[in-house]
Amino acid sequence: MSDKKKDNHVLEEVTTGEYKYGFVTKIETDQAPKGLTEDTIRFISKKKNEPDWLLQFRLKAFRHWLTLEEPDWALLHHPPINYQDIIYYSAPKPKKELESLDEVDPELLDTFSKLGISLEEQKRLSGVAVDAVMDSVSVKTTFQETLAKHDIIFCSISEAVKNHPDLVKKYLGTVVPYTDNYFAALNSAVFSDGSFCYIPKGVRCPIELSTYFRINAANTGQFERTLLIADEGGYVSYLEGCTAPMRDENQLHAAIVEIITHDNAEIKYSTVQNWYPGDKEGKGGIYNFVTKRGLCKGRNSKISWTQVETGSAITWKYPSCVLLGDNSVGEFYSVAVTNNYQQADTGTKMIHLGKNTKSTIISKGISAGKSNNSYRGLVRVSKKADNARNYSQCDSLLLGNQCGAHTFPYIKTENETAIVEHEATTSKISDDQLFYCQQRGIDMEKAIGLIVNGYAKQVLNKLPMEFAVEAQKLLAITLEGSVG
Amino acid sequence: MLLNIKNLHVSIDGKEIIKGLNFSVNQGEVHAIMGPNGTGKSTLAAAITGREGYEITQGEIIYKGQVINNWSPDKRANEGVFLSFQYPIEIPGVSMTNFMRTAINAKREYLGKTPISAKEFLKKMEANKKLVQIQSKLTNRSVNEGFSGGEKKKNEIFQMAMLEPKLAILDETDSGLDIDALRIVANGVNQLKSEENAFVVITHYQRLLDYIVPDFVHVMYDGRIVKSGGKKLALELEEKGYEWIKEQFEA
Ligand SMILES: Nc1ncnc2c1ncn2[C@@H]1O[C@H](COP(=O)(O)OP(=O)(O)O)[C@@H](O)[C@H]1O
Ligand SMILES: [Mg+2]
Repeated sequence: MSDKKKDNHVLEEVTTGEYKYGFVTKIETDQAPKGLTEDTIRFISKKKNEPDWLLQFRLKAFRHWLTLEEPDWALLHHPPINYQDIIYYSAPKPKKELESLDEVDPELLDTFSKLGISLEEQKRLSGVAVDAVMDSVSVKTTFQETLAKHDIIFCSISEAVKNHPDLVKKYLGTVVPYTDNYFAALNSAVFSDGSFCYIPKGVRCPIELSTYFRINAANTGQFERTLLIADEGGYVSYLEGCTAPMRDENQLHAAIVEIITHDNAEIKYSTVQNWYPGDKEGKGGIYNFVTKRGLCKGRNSKISWTQVETGSAITWKYPSCVLLGDNSVGEFYSVAVTNNYQQADTGTKMIHLGKNTKSTIISKGISAGKSNNSYRGLVRVSKKADNARNYSQCDSLLLGNQCGAHTFPYIKTENETAIVEHEATTSKISDDQLFYCQQRGIDMEKAIGLIVNGYAKQVLNKLPMEFAVEAQKLLAITLEGSVG
Repeated sequence: MLLNIKNLHVSIDGKEIIKGLNFSVNQGEVHAIMGPNGTGKSTLAAAITGREGYEITQGEIIYKGQVINNWSPDKRANEGVFLSFQYPIEIPGVSMTNFMRTAINAKREYLGKTPISAKEFLKKMEANKKLVQIQSKLTNRSVNEGFSGGEKKKNEIFQMAMLEPKLAILDETDSGLDIDALRIVANGVNQLKSEENAFVVITHYQRLLDYIVPDFVHVMYDGRIVKSGGKKLALELEEKGYEWIKEQFEA
């Protein structure tokens, strides 16, 4: 997120006058040495001025991680990751500002214009100096004022550790414990930063929250950690990511997102993931191993995950819901697109623990090129979860005949009253559909974009409006050149 | 001459279906093509509109003075060639509104024009819905999805009206229509007819030709046009049946 880093760097300069002058730390101490040992963890924790309890949390996670093996059950293939060849901490560096858009990679500009991103925004995203920074400061300020009025806490996890330690301590690691899986342990040991949000009792957040508006959002790319809590009757819609293509020199990403909803609370979490997928030959690209889980802790609470996954060389991600509170509701709406040599193994887990709990899963996989796209899902109904309901629909769309689509639905029910429905389809874009569009004057690529968007509509409709419009364009762009 | 087809040979998977066909159309004319099933009428329509897999092994399709054998289907469409499909296809999740706007703007882009304004577009939609008596809101209906047979055919004529083609080919638009729908479809065509455009009406039955009166009637048999004449030929065919043609040309 170099753009945001830059933006926020400037922002920091504007908002915290002293910071600028205090920024004289020597370069070499800004970066941890390569590799991962307890010393690395202590270094990170110290750099971030963390309290001891958090250091201990990290160390425990690290020691546990050492006992684990990288999972190999997903339908993903990649060369072994050398965890000792990674730099686990480096301070946010201000990017070199470019003079004009002429200096920006033309391919990137091309994508921007296809996405319909304004010139000003293009400059901002690609790190060209803009006069409009003051503008975005004022937008952010208004935003912060609105939140303050409702006593909503929205800040970086680091700030939350400093300013709201009790809340962080109370919730961190309660939904995704560091023992959960290999990448969760790794993230818990070395997480860099991320977002924290707390919605107080009875508050409906009047605006969509997105990291874009979070002050001090720098340095969150690689091992991001997000924690969202809605207290009784609270509501928030949260947006992660953006449609603009994101590059990062770090290949390995391992994020954790934890969500908690109390009685009658609701959280909607929408993601557009467009990390660098590698080139057409499959070289490079981000490995994205993400653990996202929501806990419907209270009665009548609700958590919805909506994701549009178009980027990354490897996607390993199963946003899940633990439906603990009676009458709680979990939803998962997903569009995952893979092209060229991309691989995605994604899906969800719906764990029904409370009575009358309901879950819905709508997954739309789209594979093109030589890519592989798997849906992997678990619906579990425990003994006590009387009258649990699940509806799952998993559709796969294939473009061409060199790609793969796979569905792995697991269902475990221990309660006779459960009703679990599963539907799955696999289809191809037919020549008839393409010709029909072409006969109406729509060229092949536009036709594919149109048909794919139609196919994914059920999910795209769940996204907040502006996000949906951008996501539609993104789908079309991702599949460009996939049929010829 | 708007369309001039010379000695056309078309193969599908190496099998010759059109076997040396000559056919020409001027602006302002309505041509009917009749003939038994499987004689290559739809194949001809596919060749004119540039469908992949329909290989032109010999001959030329000349449209507005240019040989279009190698043009892409969308280029042909944007130059004014329209096909009302015998079997309209469903595109789930794509609303008719979105589909039409995309198509109109594709053509406008091709012609170097700016996209159509929302206001102008909606006006056009409403006017043409009336033309073919489509009552439902097209905004929330996916292309042909859940349409009855008759609705699908009306929808083809609706699209034709929206796109204002120069050369419209109607492939058995009448089959499966009740008399009311048939009238509506024919009425749509008659209102769109002008000195500038031309229609090629492929049909099995002379019934449609009571409503859309052709200037010329052609009989197709085994990949060729074997007989041409005026409106009377259609009546003659109706009377004598296709067996008469078969007997004549089987020899
Ligand atoms: N896609 C196809 N593949 C193979 N043969 C085809 C295909 N389409 C049509 N044909 C064959 O071409 C001949 C002409 O078909 P068609 O043009 O549909 O005739 P008509 O429209 O006059 O009934 C038939 O013998 C049919 O079986
Ligand atoms: Mg036919």
